[in-house]
Amino acid sequence: MYQPRSIQSSLSFKDKLYSIDYVLVFTILILGIVSMFAMYSTDGGEFAYHTKSHILRFCVFFIAFFLLSFVQIRLWHGTSYFFYIIFFILLVGVKYFGLTSSGSQRWLELPFINLQPSELMKVGLILFLAKYYHRISLENVNRVRYLFIPIVALIAPVLLVVMQPDLGTSLLIAAGGVVVAWLAGVKVKFFAYISLIFILLLPVAISFLKPYQKARILTFLNPEKDPLGAGYQIIQSKIAVGSGGLFGKGFLNGSQSYLDYLPEKHTDFIFTLFSEEFGFSGSIFILFLYGLIISRIIKIGNITRSNFGKLYCYSFATAFFIYVVVNMGMVLGLLPIVGSPLPIMSYGGSSMMAIMFGLGITMSCKVYKDTPVN
Amino acid sequence: MFSSGSGNTVIKSKLISRRMFLLTAGKAIVVVGVLGRLISLQINESNKYKTLSDKNRFREWKLAPERGVIKDYFNQEIASNRQVYQIHLIPENANNINEIFFRLKSILKISDGRIFSLKKKIAKQKPWEPIIISDNLNWSEFSRINLFLHELQGVEPVVSVARMYKDSSSAHVLGYVSQVSAKDLKDKKYLKDMSVPGIAVGKTGLERRLDKEIIGKVGFQRYEVNAYGKRIKQIQIDQGQAGQDYKTTLDLEVQRYTSEILEDKAASVCVMDIYNGDIVSLVSSPSYDPNTFVHGVDRNYWNSLINNDRKPLTNKAISGLYPPGSTIKTLVALSALENKIVSPLKSVNCTGKIEMFGEKFHCWKKKGHGVVNMRSAIKRSCDVYFYEIARRLGVDRLSVTAKKFGLGKKVLKDFSEERTGVVPNTSWKKKYIGQNWYLGETLHTGIGQGYFQSTPIQLCLMTAQIANGGFEIKPRIIFEQTKNNLKEYLKFKNENPDQPLPEELLLSNLELKPLFKNQENIKIIQDAMFSSSNEPGGTSYKSRLEDKKFTFAGKTGSSQIKRFTEEQREAEVKQENIPYKSRDHALFIAYAPVSDPKYAISVVVEHGGSGSKAAAPLAKKVIKKVLERHNLRQSVSSLIGDSV
Repeated sequence: MYQPRSIQSSLSFKDKLYSIDYVLVFTILILGIVSMFAMYSTDGGEFAYHTKSHILRFCVFFIAFFLLSFVQIRLWHGTSYFFYIIFFILLVGVKYFGLTSSGSQRWLELPFINLQPSELMKVGLILFLAKYYHRISLENVNRVRYLFIPIVALIAPVLLVVMQPDLGTSLLIAAGGVVVAWLAGVKVKFFAYISLIFILLLPVAISFLKPYQKARILTFLNPEKDPLGAGYQIIQSKIAVGSGGLFGKGFLNGSQSYLDYLPEKHTDFIFTLFSEEFGFSGSIFILFLYGLIISRIIKIGNITRSNFGKLYCYSFATAFFIYVVVNMGMVLGLLPIVGSPLPIMSYGGSSMMAIMFGLGITMSCKVYKDTPVN
Repeated sequence: MFSSGSGNTVIKSKLISRRMFLLTAGKAIVVVGVLGRLISLQINESNKYKTLSDKNRFREWKLAPERGVIKDYFNQEIASNRQVYQIHLIPENANNINEIFFRLKSILKISDGRIFSLKKKIAKQKPWEPIIISDNLNWSEFSRINLFLHELQGVEPVVSVARMYKDSSSAHVLGYVSQVSAKDLKDKKYLKDMSVPGIAVGKTGLERRLDKEIIGKVGFQRYEVNAYGKRIKQIQIDQGQAGQDYKTTLDLEVQRYTSEILEDKAASVCVMDIYNGDIVSLVSSPSYDPNTFVHGVDRNYWNSLINNDRKPLTNKAISGLYPPGSTIKTLVALSALENKIVSPLKSVNCTGKIEMFGEKFHCWKKKGHGVVNMRSAIKRSCDVYFYEIARRLGVDRLSVTAKKFGLGKKVLKDFSEERTGVVPNTSWKKKYIGQNWYLGETLHTGIGQGYFQSTPIQLCLMTAQIANGGFEIKPRIIFEQTKNNLKEYLKFKNENPDQPLPEELLLSNLELKPLFKNQENIKIIQDAMFSSSNEPGGTSYKSRLEDKKFTFAGKTGSSQIKRFTEEQREAEVKQENIPYKSRDHALFIAYAPVSDPKYAISVVVEHGGSGSKAAAPLAKKVIKKVLERHNLRQSVSSLIGDSV
């Protein structure tokens, strides 16, 4: 604790290279490769648009992740607020200049990518709050005036995303923020108060929900009621997963997916497709890969000295876990269809970018684990 | 901050780790939940979902089988199939059902009511199941539809087959087919898996009786389809099986001829082979066009049928019930002889009426027949003679003989329209009317009036069994090769032409069971029937056929609808002069040729007046026609015999 600054700053490139967590890197790589096969299958066994695009994105962002790993943790700490503000401005930009597709305005049309800032905000909020709670002292954590900034920082982007409207992403952003606050030591009673206020405001919020969102929640409660309407997605997804059995129907043989019974098979329902083709064993394999990734991130959190690093890694690991579980719960019919991608597996540039960005910061926590941040 | 913060930082770090530990424990629970769900879906309920997935994946379209053909004895098709042009609609493929119907209405003639019922049907079935919009288009309509097909998404022109009846001469015995009704589905189990649009089921007659075999086996095409119902590839095809063809014992030529001569009358004719029971002709008149039912009968036509007094839809030959009238005298006489009540030579003096039991019983001939014995009483159909015989015989003994010869029970198997009729006796009256038998009723029964009810086919069977020497036969209408071994019969006939068949041969080959105690008695009746048709003074003498080849022996009959009042009787009112509905039914039974009996016939003309005037002349024509075709029929049956 007294010497590190000089030692850390004098880390050679070789040292840095050695300190990379290669288990994590390879797990991500394997998951990426698996996702390529899954994408190839969604394209009906052709090397078509989605596959090509997914592979390109994975490669680009995987390299980016690797490079980001070498960025000084202090730089991440220093730029946390900056990133948050950038992402927030982008979110505001979406509101005025965003692309509208299938009823919601989520994307900014950029030359090389259609950017979905709400995905980036998932990481941005964690980064912001990690820094915030790193900087305030323990006694202040539970003081009401210190709660003000986190609440605003959380509510503002969430509201923007809700209005897009994108209920799923906004909930996931909020979940990430709540996790940071909880880990930082905010007392349970505050969460309880806020939950209470939230529940009281819920009827008001529901009245603002779009009809399709209401339908989705009702559908979740009783999918069989309207099998050809809104419940269709859940039912077809369950059929696909269930019919996969123990070993699956075989690669490229997922009838549910190639006969188009599966909705959104490139994005939200990619796990369903994989489960159908590779069965229970395949599902377990995917769960294992995610488990490994999450546990490696937690491990990095454990060995990182700075509280910023710890807060960030733990929160990111938990958020990552939530993304995975929400997606799976959704396609397995345990949760309503809210629209949340499966990290790395799902098709989608912004999601991939955000996750790789987040993983890059995590890896930088590993590489600079002994560097104090302030 | 650095110095003071360091302790603080450590505490903070510990707090973070502690809370993280709690979170991790929470995560573990969630993971167990997800794993449990996966196990439940992919292992425990996997089979259920596999089935559901296949249900998604495969769709079957059923193919209506072709109905079996019904042929006559000479393999002429009586009921066959023809190509029809149809249009089907697969609701799923149509963008807008209402628009399609609107367009179709402008191209074809479809009523709003029909569209309404079609829409109701569409709402009930699966969206990919085709619905038949029109099942019988003519060529110009069909080609017009094809012209507009590009605007009619979901509409498919289909060339299918449907039932066709060449003519209506056999409409009653064959019956007709029509669309499956809810009642059919309930009553007929074999239809359960046959829910193919456009399939027709037999509603009456042979079409109904043979339906299960004749309808065929439904085929199917199984396709793999995608979520939008588009067929991706054909997985399996089963063409199904056309229904079984049936050959009948009918002679289409005779059917046509008979129905022609019966035209405009409410009448029926039944012709039967007296040895094997083959029904050569079974015609009921007036007829209807069975083709009109195939595609749903037109309301006006239907109304004209059901409102017609002469009941064109009824198969009078098997479901018309008539008092047998004087035709029963053959059996009354036979019963009396069998029970040794009278000698054939016993004579009775007919004065035109007798008084018995305080009631007057009239003979049809007001002046009376004078002294008659059995032969002349049958020949001239003297009522008084039979009053006397019946009185001595008693109704119970008569009913035994009548039942033996086939009255009072169904003749054919499984014909839902056939009726049983009534052979009255004392216990019957007690049971069904709840009264004791009056002796006077025996007298009415003795001349075939009163409670007596019989169908023309029963009368024909009765005649056939008298004609063949008194052996039981089982009438049949479906051609059977088994039990049809006429070879020895033919052999004997070729070697000993003009000789009647020896008894042993009849018994051994055709499983005939004698119905008599003494065959001489049968011969007496046959002789009396001969005299009735061939000797001057006989009731059907005027209709006789003199050519030896065709000579027949018969018995006339007329069954009263309304009893004559004394005044009418006094005034000798002629049948032609009373209202149609009150006129007697005219009956005639006969067998031919007398030298070597082959066929029996019964003719019933509803409200025709007297049997000798209205029924016998018709019988004469039919007998001639049937006998002319006898050699041809024989040649066919010997050929069939050889091929077995």
